[in-house]
Amino acid sequence: MSGFGTLLHKEVLRFWKVGFQTIAAPVLTSLLYLLIFSSVLDTQTRINGIRYMSFLIPGLVMMSVLQNAFANSSSSLIQSKVTGSVIFVLLPPIGYIEFFMAYMTAAALRGVMVGFGVFAVTCGFSPLAFAAPGWIFVFFAMGGALMGAFGIVAGIWADKFDQLAGFQNFLIMPLTMLSGVFYSIHSLPAFWQKVSHFNPIFYMIDGFRYGFFGVSDAAPELSLVVGLASLFIVAALALLMLRSGYKLRY
Amino acid sequence: MGVAVSLQNVRKAFGALRAIDGISLEIEEGEFFGLLGPNGAGKTTLISCLAGLARADAGKLSVMGFDVVGDYRETRRRLGIVPQELVFDPFFTVRETLRIQSGYFGVLRNDAWIDELLENLDLSQKADVNMRSLSGGMKRRVLIAQALVHKPQVIVLDEPTAGVDVELRQILWQFIRRLNREGHTVILTTHYLEEAESLCGRIAMLNRGRVVALDTTRNLLAENANRVLSMRLKNGNILPEALRSRSVLDQGHWVFRLDALEDIEPLLAAVRESAQVFEELQLLQTDLEDVFVRVMRGNDGIGKSDEKGATV
Ligand SMILES: Nc1ncnc2c1ncn2[C@@H]1O[C@H](COP(=O)(O)OP(=O)(O)O)[C@@H](O)[C@H]1O
Ligand SMILES: [Mg+2]
Repeated sequence: MSGFGTLLHKEVLRFWKVGFQTIAAPVLTSLLYLLIFSSVLDTQTRINGIRYMSFLIPGLVMMSVLQNAFANSSSSLIQSKVTGSVIFVLLPPIGYIEFFMAYMTAAALRGVMVGFGVFAVTCGFSPLAFAAPGWIFVFFAMGGALMGAFGIVAGIWADKFDQLAGFQNFLIMPLTMLSGVFYSIHSLPAFWQKVSHFNPIFYMIDGFRYGFFGVSDAAPELSLVVGLASLFIVAALALLMLRSGYKLRY
Repeated sequence: MGVAVSLQNVRKAFGALRAIDGISLEIEEGEFFGLLGPNGAGKTTLISCLAGLARADAGKLSVMGFDVVGDYRETRRRLGIVPQELVFDPFFTVRETLRIQSGYFGVLRNDAWIDELLENLDLSQKADVNMRSLSGGMKRRVLIAQALVHKPQVIVLDEPTAGVDVELRQILWQFIRRLNREGHTVILTTHYLEEAESLCGRIAMLNRGRVVALDTTRNLLAENANRVLSMRLKNGNILPEALRSRSVLDQGHWVFRLDALEDIEPLLAAVRESAQVFEELQLLQTDLEDVFVRVMRGNDGIGKSDEKGATV
């Protein structure tokens, strides 16, 4: 177990030491999103009966959790693979489950830290409710874990930084942008509404938002099931890759 | 003493290339063992299979009686690997790097030993310096300390002194010798054959994924020792035809490879009988490099005739 503890500690130290880039910068980005979108759009606009700015805040918080959790595990792995320092974690007696848990937990922690930061700097702009706080925490943790696990898969699969960047730009970004962070999917044409229902990230954001306002596009129970199923699938894939040594041990 | 490392018919291919082509070896506990061979012989691949960084296609590898696949936790705990490539984690200082590595092996609160490692590798001054700002030689020292941080019973050094200054080589060998005296098994690959000659009790020579020689260093040298005679004749003197066909001309020296020391006397007598006068006569001492060259050429070459032999 101390292998897990040390690996988790090291992964947290890794992002904490460069906290300006890994925590402060994404918080600032989210703040800019809030300022720009809320000033461009009519602040009197209401979505599901909620003021637009209030609607936007949980979306931005969750988006930060997801993107930063993914960025953490994927960039840590690709970096250590490219520089060769990955051998330091391959030589010790660390089992593949410990390995997975450590990278996923550290990634989720970074996501949650950035999420808290975004919440802290944006919550003053518009009134928020806490209709069902239990759901807030469930989706917070689940979103971080899901994307942390997904980052492990991407980080192991990618051989180069630009492959990972492609992954981020052509999959993660569109999925998060098209997930209802900035709007309710009910405002979309019917076709895109259908498409959104196949996007797991939509459920993460929708379920998280439910925790604040008690209203959402999908039922929170459904979002929870989709989130858990996605986490299960991605975690299983990551574990299979780690157990077989795919792209790590030759 | 038990067996520290056992390899049985290990094979590993990369596509059509058979990097390890059936290697069997046993290394006893407490040995200082040399693994020599030209570039591409398969040394690093073999070490990687032992360490679990690579998986052998076939064969059985064990460390201190544990199987490297089935009991990987046990074998990795007992192995300390100094990798050939100079790698480092740029986020941490030297001490953090060592503490983290120690933690991976389940050794917490290891500062006394970490301090001793820093001291012995002359790194104490750099303990709180970030890895990024260390010179190549210093990074190499940290790699060595990382491999030793969990006090492994079997220490494997893959060309630890390649491109490293003399100072570090001396520091390193002094320390590794001490660990070997204290009972640690040491496996070394190196390009510096004089290092292997002075350090290793036993040597395996690898070529194209196979063991082509395996013996104690003493035996490897003795098999070839003192059997190379080099002579130069005074200007105008000509070696008799019968002798000429038995030797090789190398930069004005006639070099004879003799089967036994007793063969020297008749040879000298034959030269004298033909009334030739020596200008120079040397009995060359074989070193590991001669042995290496001979083994790699398939036992048909003649020893490198350098100038370190004792003049007769
Ligand atoms: N990951 C790899 N993929 C393909 N070929 C490899 C790989 N690693 C080593 N080789 C090849 O296997 C052979 C043995 O290499 P190596 O074990 O590094 O030799 P040595 O350490 O003795 O110089 C070489 O021909 C090398 O090119
Ligand atoms: Mg090598």
